Amino acid sequence: MTLRADNVSLHLSGFDLLRNINLEIEAGKVTAIVGPNGAGKSSLLRVLTGELPASQGDVYLNGRPLESWPMLDRAKLLAVLPQHSLLNFPFTADEVVGLGRIPHQTGLLKDNQIIAEALQLVDANYLQTRFYTQMSGGEKQRVQLARVLAQIWQPSHLGDQFLVLDEPTSAFDLSHQKLTLDIVRQLATRDVGVVMVLHDLNLAARCADNLVVFDGGVIAAQGGPQEILTEQLIDKVFGVKSIIAQHPVTKRPLVIT
Amino acid sequence: MRKLSALSLVWVLVILLPVAGLVSMTVGTVNISLLDAFNAALGHSNSLQIESILFDIRLPRILLAVFVGAVLASTGAVMQGLFRNPLADPSLIGVSSGASVGASLMIVTAGGFIQGGALVGLSLVAVGAFIGGFAATLLVYRLATSGIGTSVTTMLLAGIAIGALAGALNSLLTYFSDNDMLRQISLWQMGNLSGASWLKVGIMGAVAILLMLLFPRDSRALNALLLGESEARHLGIDVQQVKRRLIVLTALGVGVSVALAGLVGFVGLIMPHIVRLAIGPDHRWLVPASALAGATLLVIADSLARIVVIPAELPTGILTALLGAPFFVALLLQQRKEV
Repeated sequence: MTLRADNVSLHLSGFDLLRNINLEIEAGKVTAIVGPNGAGKSSLLRVLTGELPASQGDVYLNGRPLESWPMLDRAKLLAVLPQHSLLNFPFTADEVVGLGRIPHQTGLLKDNQIIAEALQLVDANYLQTRFYTQMSGGEKQRVQLARVLAQIWQPSHLGDQFLVLDEPTSAFDLSHQKLTLDIVRQLATRDVGVVMVLHDLNLAARCADNLVVFDGGVIAAQGGPQEILTEQLIDKVFGVKSIIAQHPVTKRPLVIT
Repeated sequence: MRKLSALSLVWVLVILLPVAGLVSMTVGTVNISLLDAFNAALGHSNSLQIESILFDIRLPRILLAVFVGAVLASTGAVMQGLFRNPLADPSLIGVSSGASVGASLMIVTAGGFIQGGALVGLSLVAVGAFIGGFAATLLVYRLATSGIGTSVTTMLLAGIAIGALAGALNSLLTYFSDNDMLRQISLWQMGNLSGASWLKVGIMGAVAILLMLLFPRDSRALNALLLGESEARHLGIDVQQVKRRLIVLTALGVGVSVALAGLVGFVGLIMPHIVRLAIGPDHRWLVPASALAGATLLVIADSLARIVVIPAELPTGILTALLGAPFFVALLLQQRKEV
């Protein structure tokens, strides 16, 4: 099943932010969205997650219009990690991750176990009782990642699950960038559909099954990284001269600028 | 690490509140020993005067303090969560300033027959304050609500605007009032529990219990709202409904307590803040613990109000600020040291 944008356009205060977007996020696949600043990547995520209603077109979650899902059921299928967090109250890390269990009625014991495992997975178990307000940017981002992971920790009988990440690695060092991509790949093997906005083309090329290149509110290209990443495309979209090489180990495309 | 576990704070307060209430029974212009109070409670008292002081004057007053304190502090905690601002206050949504105008209007226009004039046992001032407070909140809420929902930022600004307007109206009313009215207005604005009666206790108690029963339903939603509104929505929470429910309950709670006890400041702003510093921002504990702490503070403040200037007494609102503000400053200083 899929999370699908069907001919979606978005007009906001006189601007065409998205024009006729058709995009399918497949369960069990990793979709990466790249593009220059202001290309409409975040706008698309906001429409895909129901935060903004599309001006035209529809979004379907597992074949059913997104807005017709009951809110709690939707929360069991679709977890969203925003780019910035507003949280400025002194929750501890495990309390923040525990918020991800709000849609579920699994009981305190199970929830505590999931919270601990999620923190462990993002290498943040040492933060368990530390205050969120006193963490570094990267630590905060890892705790928030653990929160959305806890939200879709177990498969749901309601259908395939999807995880939406807006620049999940922006505050991460090299090892945590790699860790995030490993987690994302691991989720895909569990049949979760992952869609994320990334800025680093090489990160995107390394982990995406489907790479979506955005430019000016339309999709400039989409497909497997090997097929679509060309020097012309990067010049056209980003205005940057580059060389596309091949990663000696992963055989994935490597963009050198 | 937290200074206190939530459960232990609740236990301390559950013990402290009745103790404060008992002590409060014995103090005032007439000192009554604890023994006499117990005797009277068991119906063995040989003095009608003592019995009357205890059960017609002090007990309703203490219970009113408990309920007003609990309502102000718990609504304060809820508003701070809803506005994601640890310094928010129930008065932000216009309820206090509106109530102030309502009360002043009644004092000035109905001043002549205010002592006799009453509606089912409540003074016209109380009725005016409640209507004023509720109307102002409704106006602020409507101003901030558009097709896409209620914006808390707009609500904050609308609250300030309505507050300024109410302030102007209040000044206007003050300008046109005579000496006696002026005194009544300013006394009302200081907040006072001395007019307690069993009827007031009944009304306030019913509202307090209603709030305590309904707030827990939304405490997880408030926790999620601290992440941001769209994050809360992604966690399956109907944000608009939660907002509407909590704002109506707050307007009701604060409206009634302002109507019955005047403007008792400080409790709604600082008590939840102090409790949060001690046990953290989880609303499942924060709201009930704040209610208990607010009730305790108000009982203590009101006892002091009765004894500091015997045989007269001070308005309770002065004491809450005098007690709480230094405590809060001490907490801030301590926190600054830790960081």
